Amino acid sequence: MNVGLKTLTVSEASELLSSGQISSVQLCSNYIERMEKVEPQIKAFVYFDKEFVLNAAEKSDIRRKKGIQLSPFDGIPISVKDLICVKDQPCSCGSKILKGVKSPYDATVITRLNEKGFIIFGRNNMDEFAMGTTCENSAYYPTKNPWDLNRVPGGSSGGSAAAVAASEIPASLGSDTGGSVRLPAAFCGVVGLKPTYGRISRYGLVAYASSLDQIGPIAKDVHDVAILLDVISGKDYFDSTSLDKEDVCFADVVKNAGSSLKGMKIGMPKEYYIEGALDESVFNDIKQTEKLFKELGAEIVEVSLPYSKYALASYYIIATAEASANLARFDGIRYGHRYKDSNNLHDLYLNSRKEGFGVEVKRRILLGTFVLSSGYHDAYYLKAQKVRTLIRQDFNNAFKQCDLILSPVSPCPPFVAGTLTDPLQMYLADIYTISVNLAGICGISVPSDIVKDIKLPLGIQLIGPSMGEAKLLKAAKIFEDNRPVKKFVPNY
Amino acid sequence: MSNKKNTAKNIDVSYVASLARIRIEDSEKQKLQDDMNEILGYINMLSELNIEGVEPTMHACDVKNVWREDVPEKKNIKEYLIANAPANVDNDLVKVPQVIPGEEEA
Repeated sequence: MNVGLKTLTVSEASELLSSGQISSVQLCSNYIERMEKVEPQIKAFVYFDKEFVLNAAEKSDIRRKKGIQLSPFDGIPISVKDLICVKDQPCSCGSKILKGVKSPYDATVITRLNEKGFIIFGRNNMDEFAMGTTCENSAYYPTKNPWDLNRVPGGSSGGSAAAVAASEIPASLGSDTGGSVRLPAAFCGVVGLKPTYGRISRYGLVAYASSLDQIGPIAKDVHDVAILLDVISGKDYFDSTSLDKEDVCFADVVKNAGSSLKGMKIGMPKEYYIEGALDESVFNDIKQTEKLFKELGAEIVEVSLPYSKYALASYYIIATAEASANLARFDGIRYGHRYKDSNNLHDLYLNSRKEGFGVEVKRRILLGTFVLSSGYHDAYYLKAQKVRTLIRQDFNNAFKQCDLILSPVSPCPPFVAGTLTDPLQMYLADIYTISVNLAGICGISVPSDIVKDIKLPLGIQLIGPSMGEAKLLKAAKIFEDNRPVKKFVPNY
Repeated sequence: MSNKKNTAKNIDVSYVASLARIRIEDSEKQKLQDDMNEILGYINMLSELNIEGVEPTMHACDVKNVWREDVPEKKNIKEYLIANAPANVDNDLVKVPQVIPGEEEA
């Protein structure tokens, strides 16, 4: 049987498998066929092992036949960003410095997916060490946007979002440090969730900025994202920052979301909607969404996030400082690439890191080293952490007046590839997403409309308080059911 | 090199790169210098803020130290660790260049 992959969701695949209309081998073969067809143009994957996938699918089918399936999702393929460890598979973070490195163990999210019978299908391309907004900063190749091959898919989890949008896979796990799940999701017309800091264990996630990093699911609809959140969230012995799971099934919350937002207050931060700061298409989309929320029964309230103008500066100090420390371990000694002609240790460090890191990673390590260096620590790093406190307080105050906040994901639709070359301009694309990471709260990017003349997807962001995912997902689902465009399927 | 070359308006890229253990070629220095100073100019906007008395946020949620019993756990991943290193000795040790300068390696 040939399945219509273009709109197939995890929940629909689960029904097909459970009712016996399709086997896991058939499902995975369909995805493999699709992937082999489109991958030469999209380039969303950096690793794929056909034999591994088909073997796992066969085992899943045997379990189903015996009636001992691990969950309703047993046999469904899912891919992961190239910085999540899967035992015995390469893990290169899109970097030359980690080429050839194999993971000695499974990340906790992989263990949890395996426990439910999900099949780890392959590894998705990304901006090197998750540093980027376009998925062009990969040591492999840039990933293309399935809506328009001349455009970027967004970053850094661009491979994950493009693979889902191009129906090479029904869902993928990315990571979000400053918007790296939400922005590519918006650019590719799929759903991306950045959960509350601590919601998902980061054991086996290669660290970029540890006080901000969070794994997040990318899928075709809100229900699928909720299903994955149910599977991968919760306290983990191996990550002391992980939080206990409350007694709630997010997939049920979404299923029973209903059709009304009555009683819900949606905040619109006045600092976010300064005319001229947003592309017209994004501005109009937000206005249209505001109207829709009102029609659905929500009350729109103006809120203020007075320190939001300082978020980006604070973010790029904190993130680069932490990155400079986290990436110090890649020194040519223990992992991957080593400069060949060194006869002393110092020279080996200098040259291995010179050859192994791309230019954006070098820039961020240098900036991070500077803001932590003697004489500058207090003026930059400590100050940025204090500003972070103010940004958190902004959100705490706003959430006293509203349940959720409505915001753009990106100030503009997807960029044309190769055009975003100035680093500061690139950083500015993250302006609506980074505050969520600084505050440690949750945010979701949901496709909202298609820009008429250029046929590119737009996404809106809903932001919720710490541990506010249930409310967030419920509102996202009701929005999804009522938005002007029902299905987001690129022509590709 | 001295730290003095760094100022609030100019990052001494060569000095910072030496701290970060990354070799920077002369040909890439100017571009990096310009990029860094542009970013620095932007992040310097924080200096206009008066934040006296504000406590810093180190982590997004209240993270407390987590204690556990000091019981060793066995995870046999040595094979992987050796294999991931760029050079090894007898699949048992990670090989590195001479650490202490002086006599030639035996």
